This record gives sequence, structure tokens and C-alpha cells, in this order.
Amino acid sequence: MPTDEIVLEAIDICKQFPGVRANDHVNLSLHKGEILALLGENGAGKSTLMNIIYGLYHADSGAIKVKGREVTFVSPREAIHSGIGMVHQHFQLIPVMSVADNVVLGEEVTRGVLLDQTEAARRVRELSQQYNLAVEPGAIIEELPVGMQQRVEIIKALYRDAEILILDEPTAVLTPQEVEDLFKIMRDLSDRGVSIIFITHKLKEVLAVAHRIVVMRGGQVVGSALPAESTPESLAALMVGREVLLRVHKEAARPKDVVLEVANLSAHDDRQHPALRKVSFEVRSGEVLGVAGVQGNGQTELVEVLTGLRHGDSGQVRINGKDLTNASPRAVTSASCGHVPEDRQRFGLVGDYTVSENLVLNSYFEPPYAAPPSWRTLPLVAVLFAVPAIAIFAALAALWGEIQRLVVWPLVLSLFGITDVEAASRDAMKGPYLIELVETVVVALVLGYVAARLAFWLVNWVSKRGPAAGQTPRAGLVFNHTAVDAHASGLVAEYDIRTPSVETPGGSLSGGNQQKLVVAREFGRRPRLLIAAQPTRGIDVGSIEFIHQQIVAQRDAGAAVLLVSAELDEIMALSDRIVVMYKGEIVATVDAGAVTREQLGLLMAGAHAEDVLRSRPAASAA
Amino acid sequence: MLSARIVRGVGLPLLSVFTAVIIGGIFIILAGYDPIAAYQGLLDGAFGDAASLTRTLVKMTPLVFSGLAVAFGFKGGLFNIGVQGQLIMGSVTSAWIGFALPVDLGDPVLSTVVHVFLALLAGAVGGALWGAIPGLLKAYTGAHEVITTIMFNYIASNLISWLLYAGSPAEGIPPGLLNDGNGVIARTPSILQTAQLPVIYDPPGPQALHLGLFLAVIAAVFILFLMNRTTFGFELRMVGLNSPAARYSGISVKRITVLTMVISGALAGLAGAMQTLGVNYRYEPNQSLGLGFDAITVALLASSHPLGILVSAFLFGAMDAGGTRMQFNSGVPTEIVMVVQALILMFVAAEQIIRMIYRIRGKAEVGQKLSTGWGQR
Amino acid sequence: MLSTVMVEAAARSRRTIWMTLIGVVLAVVAAFAAATAVGPETVVAVINASIRGAIPIALGAMSGIFSERSGVVNIGIEGMMLMAAYVGFMINVGLSYGSVPAALQAEPVRLGLSIAGGVLVGGLMGLLHALLTVRFRVDHIISGTVINTLALGLTGYLYLPGATTGGRLPPAVTSPLTPDAGLFYWVGEIVLEKGLITYLTVLLIIVFTIALFRTAWGLRTRAIGEHPRAADTLGINVHRLQYLNLFFSGCVAGLGGVFLTLEAVGTFERGMTNGRGFIALAVMIFGKWHPLGAAAGALLFGFATALQGQLQFFNIKIPHQFVGMLPYLLTVIVLAGFVGRARPPAHSGKPYDVE
Repeated sequence: MPTDEIVLEAIDICKQFPGVRANDHVNLSLHKGEILALLGENGAGKSTLMNIIYGLYHADSGAIKVKGREVTFVSPREAIHSGIGMVHQHFQLIPVMSVADNVVLGEEVTRGVLLDQTEAARRVRELSQQYNLAVEPGAIIEELPVGMQQRVEIIKALYRDAEILILDEPTAVLTPQEVEDLFKIMRDLSDRGVSIIFITHKLKEVLAVAHRIVVMRGGQVVGSALPAESTPESLAALMVGREVLLRVHKEAARPKDVVLEVANLSAHDDRQHPALRKVSFEVRSGEVLGVAGVQGNGQTELVEVLTGLRHGDSGQVRINGKDLTNASPRAVTSASCGHVPEDRQRFGLVGDYTVSENLVLNSYFEPPYAAPPSWRTLPLVAVLFAVPAIAIFAALAALWGEIQRLVVWPLVLSLFGITDVEAASRDAMKGPYLIELVETVVVALVLGYVAARLAFWLVNWVSKRGPAAGQTPRAGLVFNHTAVDAHASGLVAEYDIRTPSVETPGGSLSGGNQQKLVVAREFGRRPRLLIAAQPTRGIDVGSIEFIHQQIVAQRDAGAAVLLVSAELDEIMALSDRIVVMYKGEIVATVDAGAVTREQLGLLMAGAHAEDVLRSRPAASAA
Repeated sequence: MLSARIVRGVGLPLLSVFTAVIIGGIFIILAGYDPIAAYQGLLDGAFGDAASLTRTLVKMTPLVFSGLAVAFGFKGGLFNIGVQGQLIMGSVTSAWIGFALPVDLGDPVLSTVVHVFLALLAGAVGGALWGAIPGLLKAYTGAHEVITTIMFNYIASNLISWLLYAGSPAEGIPPGLLNDGNGVIARTPSILQTAQLPVIYDPPGPQALHLGLFLAVIAAVFILFLMNRTTFGFELRMVGLNSPAARYSGISVKRITVLTMVISGALAGLAGAMQTLGVNYRYEPNQSLGLGFDAITVALLASSHPLGILVSAFLFGAMDAGGTRMQFNSGVPTEIVMVVQALILMFVAAEQIIRMIYRIRGKAEVGQKLSTGWGQR
Repeated sequence: MLSTVMVEAAARSRRTIWMTLIGVVLAVVAAFAAATAVGPETVVAVINASIRGAIPIALGAMSGIFSERSGVVNIGIEGMMLMAAYVGFMINVGLSYGSVPAALQAEPVRLGLSIAGGVLVGGLMGLLHALLTVRFRVDHIISGTVINTLALGLTGYLYLPGATTGGRLPPAVTSPLTPDAGLFYWVGEIVLEKGLITYLTVLLIIVFTIALFRTAWGLRTRAIGEHPRAADTLGINVHRLQYLNLFFSGCVAGLGGVFLTLEAVGTFERGMTNGRGFIALAVMIFGKWHPLGAAAGALLFGFATALQGQLQFFNIKIPHQFVGMLPYLLTVIVLAGFVGRARPPAHSGKPYDVE
């Protein structure tokens, strides 16, 4: 329970990043035993502030006081010694090591020079029992479920005697049930006098667990509130700075024929564990099928198998009636399937390519940009290039040779005053020879370059000739940059991609605009099937709203949409039907209108569909 | 924006070379020689007269091809350290076609054109095949090309030494398959007149400028065209920059990996063929010692730009050509050139050092990225 | 689920132990069979040549492990070895001059200083690699190439043909046994009669194994190679540890280099490392980034190298050039077969920025 004692104070913190004012005169105070929710959108400056408090960043100005004493942290080491612990959004755990190793790292228990692993395990077990965390010290991190890994992070902080605990977006990866457990742990810790800063952008969670709420926007603290006096709507308005559509407006779906048909699909993950077990479902034209589930229950693998990025072990995938089981990514794309990948940095775009190149990333080989990849014709092209280039060069060189013999050489000789070459001394000839050589080389290089450019033009011309109108060009090896740029300009305008020009590298755009770029590329082709994985992860609210509208628009235009998302709200808002995945299986298929958040949460946590859905009348009545 | 690009593309490489030369001078002083005399000898030997300049240009020719080979690998995300091995394989295959396949089509010009073309092709194929093996290993097993290509350098030199083994008539050991039977030296027979690269310019002195330099220019333009203007180049660069995205977009990363190594190997093979067909007129061991390693620095100095490689190869050709004169004039061992080249490589790779020394503002960009981990990509 | 994982792990390690035992037994049986066929002299000669070939490769692999476990790919081992081999040799040459005080010319002092000098230069090369990769963020492979080229150039530049020394490392332990002792004599010929660096290497492998898996330093080193940010958030100075470990890495590679010039060959030649630094990297992968595994791999390669010199004893007519290819071919095969089976340190080869 919160007391009056202030344990942590941030005073007038400023932090400037290139182009962004991440923290702008931020003030914050934390009481002993308090759970303080720090609410804000992505990019509001919450994480920056916390990284400053934890010693990972250094503030440009301002001060931090711990228990009334001003401190300056050069590294997390000092923050840890002052009793501050942090659970990062992306867990800072070493996957191949044991729980105990991860906990003691940096503060090892040793006996002589050797590690005392028994003692380390004993201390971890002790902490685990004391706070009801049920963590096994010998377990290897990568074998543990996400919720358990988070507890290891908490133990890491407690092992270092943390009195102030910073939890950065701790619920993003948890099931609703795990979230409940986490809240219980947080209340427990608070009762024992640990103060907690809880960073989140989820309004309902804030209301459920916080003692006090501070809202940040654009690097500033824009307000604070008490849960009892707040509603989700009031907090949302404060957080975004305007009214937010918490729901997406859409008409009822009018599903038509089946576009995607998946039957008994099984696959393994990268570590060769089964990831998909006999998954079957179908998506119809004009509907959005949402795939709900806690991350790591096979959704990633499902999308990868469907789009040809992963090899399925058994089962069948049909798109538009065509069997595309384990087809190549290109075959899937050309079957009119658009794919917004989960990891846009890794798969979705090439950072060093321009916006226009990124917009043809998987259609660059099609008309009007070019013709299919022509690696088989490469030797032909090389010969096609080399023969004219050398022939032209030889002709030009022979011509110049004559000019040189008849005009240049006599000129050079007369310049040096040499009349009789035979009679001239060797030393006297040095100059003329050198000049002649330099002249020969320079001219020949220019001729070589000209010859190569001519050959270049010739290859281009040959490759574009031949086919009748409307047919694919035969060996369109050369890019049509005009067509690529025109295509890009259209999409940039239509999808409101904020970029200085289409020649800007895609990697330099903001996260939201990168995602809009990927969406524009995939949606712009008007695919019959649209697979969107985590389409709004980590981007600003404006872009989220825009992408949501686009998904609905695609559905209404007749596309079949498969939407995979870890955000339950997104699934609920966009889907017409929902399948729930748990441990690689589809545990339930329900109509979106006939299921509650709580029921989905139970299903995602592995509850039996019959048990959950039997209670439907009661749930919908409540 | 443009000035920043000029600083990066021209200014920093020049300063790198300058700084490396200065430090090289310090090494020369430390070893008790006169740096001024040494560098004077170097410049004289490289540009002093027509014969020297010809030597520079002849030395530059294979460096353009081998530099292109390395740069092409870089663009595809591969570090081909095996240029040396591919190069000597190309030298030998071109020599083989050069001496073993008589081409007589009546007209001497026509015979030369055909024979030279075939011999060059043989060089390219020899290098391409030798490059294809590490490419296949990389694509299908994930064996890292940095190690396999180096191993194939050693394997190549053993294989060549077996093929060219002079034998020992006294002990009754027969010579290798491609040896010319002189009984002492490990070398191939001379190539036929028709397989010799035509001489463009013949100044007084032992060295003549052959057609190779101009083939090198054409090759550089061709590679530029291939990388920047074609769909193949688009795919190749995408694999090099972000291979998961390439997979996503439907490109077969395996195929591009193999193809990158094949083309890179072919360019390396052509570099070897230049030495055989244009300079030595046969394959002799050590005729292109160290060429494949200089190529790495040549490519990095030019930031893998094909036309930039023409410039950096010229610079390196000059250093090689002037080295002998330097040693003759001042006594400094030619290996100092290699030290200077290593320093150039270091400064080019770590441009931040140069920026620090000369107080050049602006953000240092991360250079060529090659460490992709040991596994498959 | 947890328990099954642990059972599997236990079964794996038991399997490894059994495989090793079977391997040892097979090797001993093969040695006996060969001994009866060609005589014990030849077998002992092959084994000793294998060990001699294995030492620099094992040290190189150890150097690789030091560096990769802390997140830095080191293809500069070759250059570090070469540089150390040269410096060790030149110190030996310098201290063998008549004008040098007799106290310095005494064998233990002279060779001790030579070893120390070589090892130190190796360590400095390691620090250069750290400076380029950690401070200046140069790609690890390019930085390694710089080191290799620099070493090749500098040693070639400073090479003195025909330099002589007062002798190389003598056996640290002489065998008291005579041929009358039978089997024991031959075992003694293998186990004893080796130079100091050989014993040092064996000791180093054991100490390094314990240090890596049983000390705080080892835990932190493994942590920064896997997930430097995690270590950073716990207050571990990632870059400082990388500098330290790369210094070690260079020192160990340097020891491998001085082994060549001070214990095995006794003289220096241009480019005498002959790709051992790269072979060592393949051995490191073969050994799954574990010192003991790498040591076993190094013995295999030592055997392949030993065949070059010893094949004539077996009366097999293979052109020596093909025998010469053997270690290199073996490297390629090992690399093709073992990469991907083992998991490298997750963050190896990537730069790490402290924010």
C-alpha cells in the first residue's frame, strides 16, 4: 500500500535525440509501496524516461533523487546499487543459460575463484518461495513459457534487493490469465513495501491495478489521475490528445466463396519442436478471420507455412482452389495473395532500398517493371553484351590508330622538335613515348566506355523488342525505372506514406510509415487473399486507425482476410470470425459477435472450448 | 548532401591512402632507410617513363578483374577471399586452351580473335567452377565462404603444383599432366601465337600494353550495368542487403548465392587469364602471387563501385610496378607495399579513425557488412 | 516437460562420453594394429607428429573460442600467429648474438623472453582487433583481414633471410626409460620428451575449460557473447570485457605462433602459418565452441597433417600434393558437415552499441 514517503523523484528531465525531443521537462515522483502507472503511446517518452532512471541513458538536464538523495547513474550498475530494478519489455535473459545463472550474472556467488552454483540455486529458490513465484533455478530459460521468464526477470531485480521496480510493458506478451497472476504478484510486492512503476498503453489494465496514473504524450507529462475518477475514454483522450475511435466502423460481412482452405496442416519451428498440429480452417471472400492467441502458440509458423517461408510437414493448403501446399513464396504471391509480415524489418522491407524499390519488392519481375528473372539467359546476355562491345571498340580503336599514326604522332614529335625518330637518342624519346602512351590509354578508355554503353543500349533494345502488345516482354532484363517510380508515387499518395521522396531509403522512414509502405505494397495489388500478421505492432495510433480502415476496405472489396494479432482488442474490432490457437492447435472457432473478451482470454490460456462456451448465455448477459 | 557524398567517396579514400603512406614512411625510417628515396623510386618506377607507365597499366589489368570479383561478392553479401585460388585456376585453364588447342582458320586475325576468345572463356570457366564449389557449400550446407574459399586457395595451389610438377627424370618420376617437360621448372608450355592477347602499345622496354586493360574497362561497365540496372542485380543486392526479405519476395537465396560465386569466380578467372595470355604467355607458378588479396583492398577502397575499382586498381598497379624500382634505388624491401596496403584497408574500413585524425565532421557510416554468422542464411 | 529436457540433456552428455570412450579405444586398437604391421617406431612417429601438428591448431581454436564466446568473430588468428611467430623468433635471434650478456643468452632466459615477447605481440594484435571492431565498429571479418594482411606484410618486410638462433626449446622432460621397457618406453616417447609449450597447451585447455564454465569471468564472457544487452543491463561493462578477452585471444594465438618458431620448426619463413589460423576456426566450429571439443578436433587435424610427413613409411603411392590437400579438404568437409548442427554464440559477429 502506498505511504507518504517518496522513494524516487525525477525533476525536470530533458533528453534530446536527433530530431526528437524524447523527454521535455518531465517531473515524476513515486511513493513507497505505490503502483504508479505510466501511461502513453509508443514514442511518448515513457521508455526513455525509465532508461534514464535506470542509468542506460543520460539526461541532458534535470535531476534524479532516490530517497531524497540526488544521484547520477553512469551505468545500470549504480542504479542497481541504489535499489532500482527493471523488467524490460524485451526480456534481458540469456536463452541458453539456466534461471540461476541469469539471476546471479554480474553479482555472482563465488567460493574462491569458482562459482558456487548450489548456493546460487538456493537463493533463487528462497526468493521464489518468498514471493510465490514458483520458479525452478535449474530450468533453462528458452524452455520456459513467457510468463515464467517474466518472473525470472522479477527475481533478478529482487536478488539485487530492489525496492523500486520498473515494469516496461509487462503485459504485452501475456495471456489475460497470466496478466491476472502478474497483477497479484504486483499487489503482493506493493504490500511488502516495493514501489512499482508500471509502463503501459493499455487502459483497462491501468484501471485494474494502479494506485495512481501519470499520462505522457510527446515527451511531456500531460496529466495525472486516480483510477477511481477515470474511465477508459477519459484516459484515451488524455493519452492521444484527441478523441479516439476505440471501435472500427464496419458493416456486417457478406462472405462469398472460399478463398483459403487449410486442412490438417502440421509444421515444426526453428528448434524442431512441433509448432502446428493438424490445423484446419477456411477463409471466405469478404470476411476477416482473426487468429487469436498468445504469441508463440504457432501463429508465426502458420503464416510462414501459408506464405511459403516455412516447410510444412503434412496437410494441405489451397488458395483459390489451387493446391499451394509448400509452394514457393513467389507461387503464393502470384496466386493473388498479399502478405503483411510480422517482422517488417526482417522480411517486410530492405532498409537500403528506396521507397519505390521497396514498393515493387515482390513484383519487380512483372510487367511493366521488367520481365521474369532471367538468370538462365545471363550467359546469352553476357555474350550479347561482350561481342558488340568488343566489335565496336575494335572498330573505333582501329580508326583512332590511323588518326594517331597520321596526325597525332607527327604532332607530338614536332612538339619535341624531333625530326628523325631513328636518329633521336633514347632519352629524347622518353617524353614523346610517355605522351603517346597517356594519350592512347585515355582515348582507349573513353572508347571502351563508349563501346560498352552502346552495347548496353543494344541489349536493352533487343530485350524490349519482340512480343506483341499485351504479352510479357521476352527478356526484360533491364528495369523500367519510370514505371517503378510512377507506381510508387501513386501508392505514396493513396496510402499517405510520409516520405521526402520516392528515392528516400525505406529504412529511414518512421515505424508507422514503414508499415504503411508494406501495407501499400501488399494491399495495392488488390489481392484475393490478404494475410496480415501483427499489422499494427509498435506504431502510432494514427497509423493504426488508417491500417484498420484499409483492412475493412479490402474486405468490403471482396478480399479474404486472415488477420493474426496478439492484440485481443484488434482481433475483436476487426474480425468477423475468430479462431483461437493454443499450443499449435485451433482450440475454438467462434463468431466474433458471440464471444466476450473474457471467454477468448480463457480459450487463449488453454481452457476447453466446451467449458468456456457453455457459459455463453451467462457471459453475454453480464 | 552531395558534398557529404564526395567526402565519403573520394576525400576519405584519398586521406586513407595518404595516411597509410605516411605511416609506411615511418616504418621505412624505423628500419633505417630513406623514405624520400624510397617513395621517389616508387613514383619513378610507376610513372617515370612510357615503360614504367605501361608496367603500371599491365599490373593494373588483372587487379581490375579481381577487384570486380571481390566487389561482386560483396554486393551479393559474400566475402570471396578465394579470388586467389579461382585466379590461378583460371590462369591454368586458359593456358591449357592456349597451348593445347590449335586454332587455324586461315586468316590470322580471325584465328586470333577466336582463339583468344576461347582461351579467355576457358579462364572464366575455370575460375567460375572453382568459385561454384564454395558457393554450393554455402547455399546447401551453410559452410562459411570465408573459410571454405581460403581452403580452396590452398587446395588449388596443391592441385596446380601436381598438374605442373616438373618430375624427376633421374628418379624416373614422370612430369605432371600440363608440364612442358623441361625437367626442372614447374610450368606449362608456351601458348600459341594465336592465343596471345593483341598488343595495343609497345614502348621501348620489355613490357607491352595488351588488350586486357580495355577488356577490363568493358567488364567494369558491364558489371555496373548488371548490378544496378537489371532484375538480376536487384535480386543480388537484395540477397546481400537483407536475405530474409529476399526470401519473402520470392527470390531463391540459394540460387543467387551460387550464381554470385560463379560470376565472381569467372571474373577472378579472367584476371588470371590476363596474366597468362597477356604477360607470361604460359602459366608459371607465382606469376600472380598476392593478386587475389590485393583485390580485397582494391574493392573496399572503391566501396565496391565498378568504376571506382578502375581508379583503385590503377593505384595498386602503380604500387606494384614501382616496388621493384623502389627496392633497387633505396634498398627497402617491396613488402613495405603490402604493409601500406594493409594500412589503407584499415583506414578505409574504419573511416572514423580518418575523421578523427583530420577533424572531419559528419557521422561515420558503417562500412561493408559481411559477418553474417556461421550458419545458413 | 522440464524433466524430459533434462533427461535428454543428460542422455546427450552420456552419449558424448561413450562416443569419446569408444573413439579412444578404437584409436588405441588401431595404433596397436598399425604397430604390429609397420613397427612401433612408425606409429609413435605418427602420433608425435600428430601432436606436433595439433598444438598450434588447438591454440588457434582456443583463441577463436575466447573471442567468439565474447561476441567477436576472429579471422585474424592467422595473422596473430604469424606475427608472434616472427617476433618470438627474432627475439631468439637477437639474444643469441655474441655481444648479448651471457645471463640473457642462457637458454631458459633467452627462450622465456622469446615466448613472452611473441605472446605479448599476439595480445597486442588482439587488442588492435578489439579496437577496430569494438571502438570503430569495423566489420569483424574485414578487421581480421586487415590483421592478416598487416602481419603478412610486416613479417615479410622485416624478414631477415638466413638469421640463426642459439637453438629452439628442448624437451621439458626427458624420458628415463630405455627401449628395454617395452610398451612403457613407447608410451614414454609419446607422453614425455615434449617441449614446454606442448605441456602449457594441455594445461591451458584444462584451465580454460574450467574458467569458461565455472567462474564468474566465464559466466560473464558467455553472457556477452549470447546477449550483450542483458549483461549490460546488469551493469557488466561489455566492451571492457571484450577488450580483455581479445587480448587473451591474441595471446593464445601468439603462443601457437611461437610454438612454430621456437618449438616445432626452429626458424621463421614467410607465411609459415599456412592457413592454420583458418583451420583452427573450422576446428572451433567442429568442437562446438567448447575447448575440449576443439582439442579433439585439433588432434584429428594434426593427424591429417602428420600423414604428409609420414606417409612414405606406409609405402602408399599418392602424389604428395594430394596428401598436402588433406588438412584443407578435411576443413571444408568438417565445416560443411558440422555448421548448423551446433549453435554458435548468438551475438557473435555483431557490433554492440552501449546506449
